[in-house]
Amino acid sequence: MPNYRIHKTEYIDETKRVSFKYDGKTYFGYEGDTLASALLANGIHLVGRSFKYHRPRGIVSCGAEEPNAICQIGSKKDLTEPNVRATELELYEGLEASSQNCWPNVKFDIGGINNFISPLIPAGFYYKTFMWPKSFWKKVYEPLIRLSAGLGKSPTEPDPDIYDHKHVHYDVLVIGGGISGIISAKMAAKNNLKTLLVDDKKILGGSTIYQNNESIKIDDKLSSEWLKNEIQEIKKLSNLTIKTRTSIAAYHGYNFLLAKENLTDHLPEEKKKNKIRQRLWKIRAKKVVIATGSIERPLVFNNNDRPGILLSNSINKYLDYYGVTCGEKIILFTNNDSAYETSISLHKKGIKNLIVDLRKSASSELIKQAETLGIKIYFNHVVTNTFGYRKINSLEIMELSEDGNTTVGNKIKLSCDCLGMSGGWTPMVHMHTQSGGKLDFRDDDQVFLPKENSEDQISVGSCNGDFDLENIIDKTVNKINKFLDIDNKDYQDTNIICSKENDKRNIWLLPNKIPLGKTKCFIDFQNDSTAKDIKLALKEGFRSIEHVKRYTTTGMATDQGKLSNMHALGIIADTAGVKMGTLGTTTFRPPFTPLTFGTLVGRNVGKFFEVVRKTSMHEWHLENNAEFENVGQWKRPWYYPKNGENMHDAVQRESKAARDSAGILDASTLGKIDIQGTDASEFLNRVYTNAWSKLAIGKCRYGLMLNEDGMVYDDGVTTRISENHYLMTTTTGGAANVLSKLEDYLQTEWPELDVYLTSVTDHYSTASICGPNSKKILNKLFPNLNLSDENFPHMSFKEDKLENINCRIMRISFTGELSYEINIESKYGHSLWKMCIEAGKEFNLTPYGTETMHLLRAEKGFIIVGQDTDGTMTPSDLQMDWIVSKKKYDFIGKRSLYRSDTIREDRKQLVGLLTDDPKEILEEGAQIVSDIKTKPIDMLGHVTSSYFSPNLNKSIALAVVRNGKTMKGQKLIIPMENKNINVTVSDTIFLDKENKRLNA
Amino acid sequence: MFLINCPFCGERDQSEFSSGGEAHIVRPKQPTELSDDEWAEYLFMRKNIKGIQFERWNHVHGCRKWFNVVRDTSNDKILSVYKMGEKPPVNYK
Ligand SMILES: [Zn+2]
Repeated sequence: MPNYRIHKTEYIDETKRVSFKYDGKTYFGYEGDTLASALLANGIHLVGRSFKYHRPRGIVSCGAEEPNAICQIGSKKDLTEPNVRATELELYEGLEASSQNCWPNVKFDIGGINNFISPLIPAGFYYKTFMWPKSFWKKVYEPLIRLSAGLGKSPTEPDPDIYDHKHVHYDVLVIGGGISGIISAKMAAKNNLKTLLVDDKKILGGSTIYQNNESIKIDDKLSSEWLKNEIQEIKKLSNLTIKTRTSIAAYHGYNFLLAKENLTDHLPEEKKKNKIRQRLWKIRAKKVVIATGSIERPLVFNNNDRPGILLSNSINKYLDYYGVTCGEKIILFTNNDSAYETSISLHKKGIKNLIVDLRKSASSELIKQAETLGIKIYFNHVVTNTFGYRKINSLEIMELSEDGNTTVGNKIKLSCDCLGMSGGWTPMVHMHTQSGGKLDFRDDDQVFLPKENSEDQISVGSCNGDFDLENIIDKTVNKINKFLDIDNKDYQDTNIICSKENDKRNIWLLPNKIPLGKTKCFIDFQNDSTAKDIKLALKEGFRSIEHVKRYTTTGMATDQGKLSNMHALGIIADTAGVKMGTLGTTTFRPPFTPLTFGTLVGRNVGKFFEVVRKTSMHEWHLENNAEFENVGQWKRPWYYPKNGENMHDAVQRESKAARDSAGILDASTLGKIDIQGTDASEFLNRVYTNAWSKLAIGKCRYGLMLNEDGMVYDDGVTTRISENHYLMTTTTGGAANVLSKLEDYLQTEWPELDVYLTSVTDHYSTASICGPNSKKILNKLFPNLNLSDENFPHMSFKEDKLENINCRIMRISFTGELSYEINIESKYGHSLWKMCIEAGKEFNLTPYGTETMHLLRAEKGFIIVGQDTDGTMTPSDLQMDWIVSKKKYDFIGKRSLYRSDTIREDRKQLVGLLTDDPKEILEEGAQIVSDIKTKPIDMLGHVTSSYFSPNLNKSIALAVVRNGKTMKGQKLIIPMENKNINVTVSDTIFLDKENKRLNA
Repeated sequence: MFLINCPFCGERDQSEFSSGGEAHIVRPKQPTELSDDEWAEYLFMRKNIKGIQFERWNHVHGCRKWFNVVRDTSNDKILSVYKMGEKPPVNYK
C-alpha cells in the first residue's frame, strides 16, 4: 500500500495506530488524523461521484467547506449518519465510513452515463425535464432522481444517543480560536470580562499553528511557536472558558447563539457508550467577537474537478499539520501569494512542485524565497485543461493575453499527480450576516466584508478581510480595545515580520480557446453546476442572484456554497456587465454546517417529549384496562374493553348502560376557572353570548363564548357559587387559551372591572354520574342531601360532605340523562371514584370513556367545540340562536354576528344526517353533495360527528351543510371511494327531544 | 431571540413571552353603532410596518401581564417597553 505520510508532526501520534474501514476496505491511520488525512496518507483521493454527471470526485479541502468528501458513517439502522465531511471527522478505532454518492460503487457506476448525456442536463433541468408527462413522475423520474442523487441515508430507527442542552451567559464570546481569536480572548479575559472562546477544531491555533515559513515571524519566533506560547498563557486565565470541538450553528438576534459541542464523535465505539454525544450551548453574550477566518477560493477552469485537485492551502495543511503529501509531483495554480507558502513547504520536504501564476509578475518576500529555492514559476499563464479519469495525471497551460480575456501562444503540457489551486481568500462573513449585519464590497481583492453597524458585535482577523499577519494583529488589538472599551497593552511592543503581498489578479471564469459549451468549468462541486449553467440562466433572463441560485442550484447543497457563491456572483457580474458589489449576496442561513436533530431536541425525547397530565383517578383506569386517548396533554380513558371486546362493542355496551341504568365518567380534565370579584357577573355578561346578571346563587348555566369575529370559541357550564364568586368550566383542550383570552380582555380592555381569575383545573377532580339510577347512587353517597327536583333541580349546585370532605355537586347533563357531577379536592379524587363505583355496583354503574361521552351527547345533538365547529361557525350556524341574548348591548363577538358575511343565509349550518341504511356508519370528514353528475361536483359540506347509536339502534351523524337549516327531509349523497351513501337531512336532536330523561 | 424587559419582572428570554399583535387598538365602546366597514377596520386591519412598530406582548410564562413594546422591525431592536394604559413614548411617535 502506498504511503504518503512523509514526515512526523506534533499533531499526529504515530505510536497510536488506528484502523478504520472505508467503503468496506480496512486502512490504517494515526491518532490525530481526520478521515480525509488518513485517506490521503493511503493515497486515496477519489471519494465519490458528482451529483448530476457522476464524475469522479476527490477531496478538495481540509475543513467545513468540503463539497466532495461527504460520507455516510456506520451502517446501524439507528446510528448511521449521512452528510459527514471526511475533512472534519476525527479518526477513531473502528470507524466505518462509506462514500455517499456513488451507487453501486465509487469506481464504476451507472450514473457515469450522465457525463455523456450532459447536454441534456442544463441549468434548470429539474424544471424543464421533469415537467411532463405527469404519469412519468412516480415510475420514471422520481426513482431516477432518487437513485442518482445519492444524498445519503437517514437512520430508520430512533437515535439512541444522548444529547444535552446548556444555557450560559458571558460578557464576551469569541468565535474562532485562530490567532485573532486568541488575542481577542486574552485581551477580554485579562480585563476582567467573563469570556468564552469556541473553536470547531480539536486544538486552538487556526492556520497559524502549523505555519513554518521563515519570512513570517513574531518577536523573532516562527508565528506558530509564538502562538503556542499565547495558547499556554490563555489556558491559565481563570475567567476564560475554552471550548474546542465546538462550532457555532446559529447566530440569532440579541447576541443569542447556538453552539454544538462534540463530545464523543472522535471516540471509539465502546468509549462512546452512555456518554452525552453532543451538547447544544445556548449562549447569551453581551459582546461577540467574530474571528472565523477565511477560506481559500478555487479557480474556475476546464475540468477543474478531477480527483487530485485541491485547494492549495489544504495541501499545505495536510503536509505541515498531518505530515501527508497530496502527491509526488505537484503543480500549484494561483492568482495570489498564498500558494507560494505551500510551494516552499513542499519544496522543503522534498516534494517536486512548480507554480502557474495568473499574474504578470510579483515581487514579495515569499516570491523571492521561492525563486531563490529554484522553484519554477510560469507567470501570466493559465490552466486550460486537465487530464486523468480517476485522478489527475497531467494538464495544459497557456499564456494569457495582455487583457487577460483570452489565451495566446502554444499549449504547454505538464504532467503531475496533484494540482493545488488558489483563487485568493473569502472572509467567512456567515456569522456576521446571520446576526443581521450588512456587507461592504472591497473591489481590490473582490471580497465582501462585514460592515460595522452594531455596538455588540465585531469581526476581526481574516474574516474581516485583514490577511497579512501584521495587519491581523495590529487591527485586532486596536479594534478589541475600542470595542470592549479597555486599554490592553499586551501587544503594543510585538514585533512582526511578514511578507506583504502587493497584488492579486482576479479572473472569475478563466479564459479558454474551447467554447464554453464544450467545457466543464465547475463552480459548485457538490451540486454539479458549471459556469455554463450560470450563463444560461442569465441568457434565459434570470438576474437576481437568489433566482440564479435556485435555477442552477448553485450553492444549495449541504455545503451551502461555501466555495461557490463568490464565483457565481463574479460570473454573473462579469456577464451582465455590472459591478459585483451591486449584486448583493445570497442570504447565509443557519446552521453553518449541518446539525443533527438530536442536538436540537436534546433531552426532550421519549417520555420527556411532552408533559403528560393524568387525573387522580388514572390508576383506577389503568387497573380496569382502559384504552386512553390524548386530549391536549391529558390522558383520558377512551373506552374500557371487557372480556376481549373491540372498541365498537365496548362503546355500544357503555352507551346502553348509561341510558338504561347508570354510567360514570372521569370529567376531571375539563378546564375550571375560578372567577371572583364585585364585577364577576358583568364580566361574564361580556364574555358569554347569554345573560348572567340574573343567575341565582346556587344555579348553573351553559354559556357559549365567541371570538370577536363572531365564531364559536368555547363552551361550558358556569356555576354561581356566591354573590361574587363563579366557577367556569371550559372544554378540556381550550382551558389554557380561554384563561389567556379572559386575562387579555381584563388587563387591556376592561382594567376597571374588579375581577380575579384563577385556573383551578388541577385543584378538583370530577366524577360525573348519569342515567336513570344516578339519583339512587347519589343518595347512597350523600344520604343527608335532599335530591328532590324541588330542592336540587336540574342546573343547580349543592355543597355536601363525603366522609367530612367538602364536595361541590352540580346537577348538570352532557348526555341528556339525569346526571350529577361531583367535584372534590384532587387528592381525594381516587377515593371518590372508588366510592362511586362501590355505591353503584348494585345499579350496574358502568365506567365509560370519551368515545361513549361523544356518542351520548351526539344522540342529544350537543355540539363539541373543535369537532362540530372549526372556527368558522357562528351560534346561528349551529342552530343555537336561542343562546344569543338580544337584550345585551354588547358581548365579545356580538357586532360580528350581523356582518354581511355572517348573516348570509347560505352559510354552512349544523344538521343531523340519517343514513337510508340504518346500519351504515358514515366516516367523519366525508364530503356531502347533492348531485354527482354535474362536474365539477359541488361540495356542500362534510360530516363532523358519526356514530352507531345503540339506544336508537341506527346510525346517526352531525354535519355542516351549506344552507342546511332549510334542508330538513332532503336527500343528499356521501360519495365514498367505492360507493355512494344516501342520507336524509334530519333534526340535530335524535333522542328525547322533550328532555324527559333529565328528570326521570 | 429577543431579550425582553418585562416592566414587572425585568429582562427575560423571548421564549417566556407571547406576542399579541399591534398595540393601541382600542375595542370600540359602542360596536353596535359601527358600520360593517368600521367594525372590519377594528377587527381585521393591522399595520405591518418596516420600522418602528408598537406591539402588545404577554409575559405568559412569567407574571402573565400584558404590556406594550416599541420595536424596530427592520433590525428587531426593542426600543422601549411600557405598561398597559400608559401612553407610548413621544420620541417614537
Ligand atoms: Zn413579567
